[in-house]
Amino acid sequence: MINLRDKGAEVWEKSGRPARVAIVLASIAAVASLPLMGGTILNTPIASYESVLVNPVAMFVLMAIGLNIVIGKSGLLDLGYVAFFAIGAYTMALLGTRTGLNTWEILPIGIAMAMFAGLILGVPALKLRGDYLAIITLGFGEIVRIIALNLETLGRSEGILNIPTPPPIFGVEYAFDSHRIYFWTLLVLILLAIWMVRRLSARRAGRAWESIRQDEDVAELLGVPTFRYKIWAFVLGASVGGAAGVFYASKTLYIAPDNFTLQISILILACVVFGGMGNIWGVILGAVVLAYLPDRIRFLSEARLLVFGLVLVIMMNLRPDGLLPRKKREKALVVKEKS
Amino acid sequence: MIGNFLDQFWSLTFGGLSLGFIYILIALGYTLVYGVLRMINFANSEIFMVGTFATVIVIRDVFHFTQSSEYATGLRLWFILATALVISMLVSGLLSVVVEVVAYRRLRRKNSGILAPLISAIGVSMVLAETVRIMTDSRPVAAPRAMDKTFIGQFFDAGVRLDNTIIVIAALLLFIALTTFINKTRMGKAIRAVSMNANAARLMGINIDGVISATFLIGGLMTGAAGFFYVLKYENTASNIGFELGIAAFTAAILGGIGNIKGAFFGGLALGLLETYASFFLGTQWKAVTVFVVLVLVLYTRPNGIFGESMQQSRV
Repeated sequence: MINLRDKGAEVWEKSGRPARVAIVLASIAAVASLPLMGGTILNTPIASYESVLVNPVAMFVLMAIGLNIVIGKSGLLDLGYVAFFAIGAYTMALLGTRTGLNTWEILPIGIAMAMFAGLILGVPALKLRGDYLAIITLGFGEIVRIIALNLETLGRSEGILNIPTPPPIFGVEYAFDSHRIYFWTLLVLILLAIWMVRRLSARRAGRAWESIRQDEDVAELLGVPTFRYKIWAFVLGASVGGAAGVFYASKTLYIAPDNFTLQISILILACVVFGGMGNIWGVILGAVVLAYLPDRIRFLSEARLLVFGLVLVIMMNLRPDGLLPRKKREKALVVKEKS
Repeated sequence: MIGNFLDQFWSLTFGGLSLGFIYILIALGYTLVYGVLRMINFANSEIFMVGTFATVIVIRDVFHFTQSSEYATGLRLWFILATALVISMLVSGLLSVVVEVVAYRRLRRKNSGILAPLISAIGVSMVLAETVRIMTDSRPVAAPRAMDKTFIGQFFDAGVRLDNTIIVIAALLLFIALTTFINKTRMGKAIRAVSMNANAARLMGINIDGVISATFLIGGLMTGAAGFFYVLKYENTASNIGFELGIAAFTAAILGGIGNIKGAFFGGLALGLLETYASFFLGTQWKAVTVFVVLVLVLYTRPNGIFGESMQQSRV
């Protein structure tokens, strides 16, 4: 199979600055007009096409981008990603119903809470070997849910009701059923996340993550402060999860511990693996396909997790690099030296 | 609270001991595989879950017990229990071998690092849990009681229940059988050789794939036995029990030092008792949290387990 990622990169390398700006603007416009294409074959039998586009599709894309920093960029297997999502959502729910703060004011607080949780978990967990990390994070994800299930303040199994929607911003109203507005807001968050990841990847942090992913011992011997960069990857991943959580709570108006099961972590992991670990476009593609298909094809929605489990096994065994594999960095470097 | 605890101390201890032995058997599944592969067998929790269903099916569908049937007694009871135990062990053991072939073998040959096999094993456990969930309509399944759970004796005012006694004795026998197998037989020696140094073992002419399959089989047998004991004790199962028990048993394996059979034994006992005592004080809903806190503390302070490096010499 051809490597679409390399083909895309080739086109990108060849085009000049104006062409690049045009490509970016055209892609953003194309994606932003997606909710306007309702009523077509894209409609799903269960929910309206526009609402599916917001949740799960855009939601999954955002979280998959966040998890990709942890798994794809630095090779740390985080199986409790849902914990950060839950922390963001519960921050929004608690502050939104108890205080006068609105969604935009809570967003940074939710992100900070998720990052703090990432730090608390990361400091003991990231000193360990990869597979221990997997189990620790797996447990952590479940613990957050159990705590929400048993604490009076967090509403126990009934969850928290009447979470406020975001207040108008730049004159845009957030009505409960105007999915387009939510989609466009999520799109902005996604673009911000992509921008953050791309800037970081091109800099010191990105190189450090890459070296950790390839061989942690060698990286450490070459003087990369591996522990510090692993914490950074973990905390940044958590921040994106937290942001997604805040927005999710504000969109659905109601959250309960059942929204934050281990399955969510596995679903997001499947998105990252299916699309291509480490390559942001692959991850986005994976999330779109895996979030959309089960809603589109009815019989899949019951067996959704079963299918996702199969995806993990099959992809790992047959195409471990995913649909759109990461760019072969070594190859790119050689080309540059020649020219 | 403390007075209450002292009153119930022995009955809690017996409950904790039988839970501890269930943990030991599942922890053996983790520890044996870790010994030879240096990888966590992620699907072990679901192998356990399938084992519990095998027991339920044998008792309910093969021997036609219902919630209202009379308890079996005497020789018939022992026959039923033995059949359920053996079948659960076989089902889990064979499943475990299949899991190795599907999730690990191909990736192992490609030498593809640690992340890929881990993810494919997660996929396999997802497939197992979901298949059972869809088959059981996401509902817990009750196992009919086949035996009368009478007190067979008194110990410091606490009644000693027959089922707990059976679990402790049978699990202890299984554990002794396993250590004998590992220490005395040719295959056991091969397993020890591979876990010490897989490459050297290959050069000595040991069939690595065979040894790994055998290890998964033995680990699965032990985990399946745990599934039987679990149903005997709690009389129900569900498609999602693997997760909680799996994390707890893994914690037990780490507690004693993973890869180390004796470690699984002491770790399992310690965790079973600790969890039972903690549930008494904090309430059962915090059980999983206790286990997790123990896991983090152990990994943070003594990642090689409570016995430290010295026990590593005697690893599998």
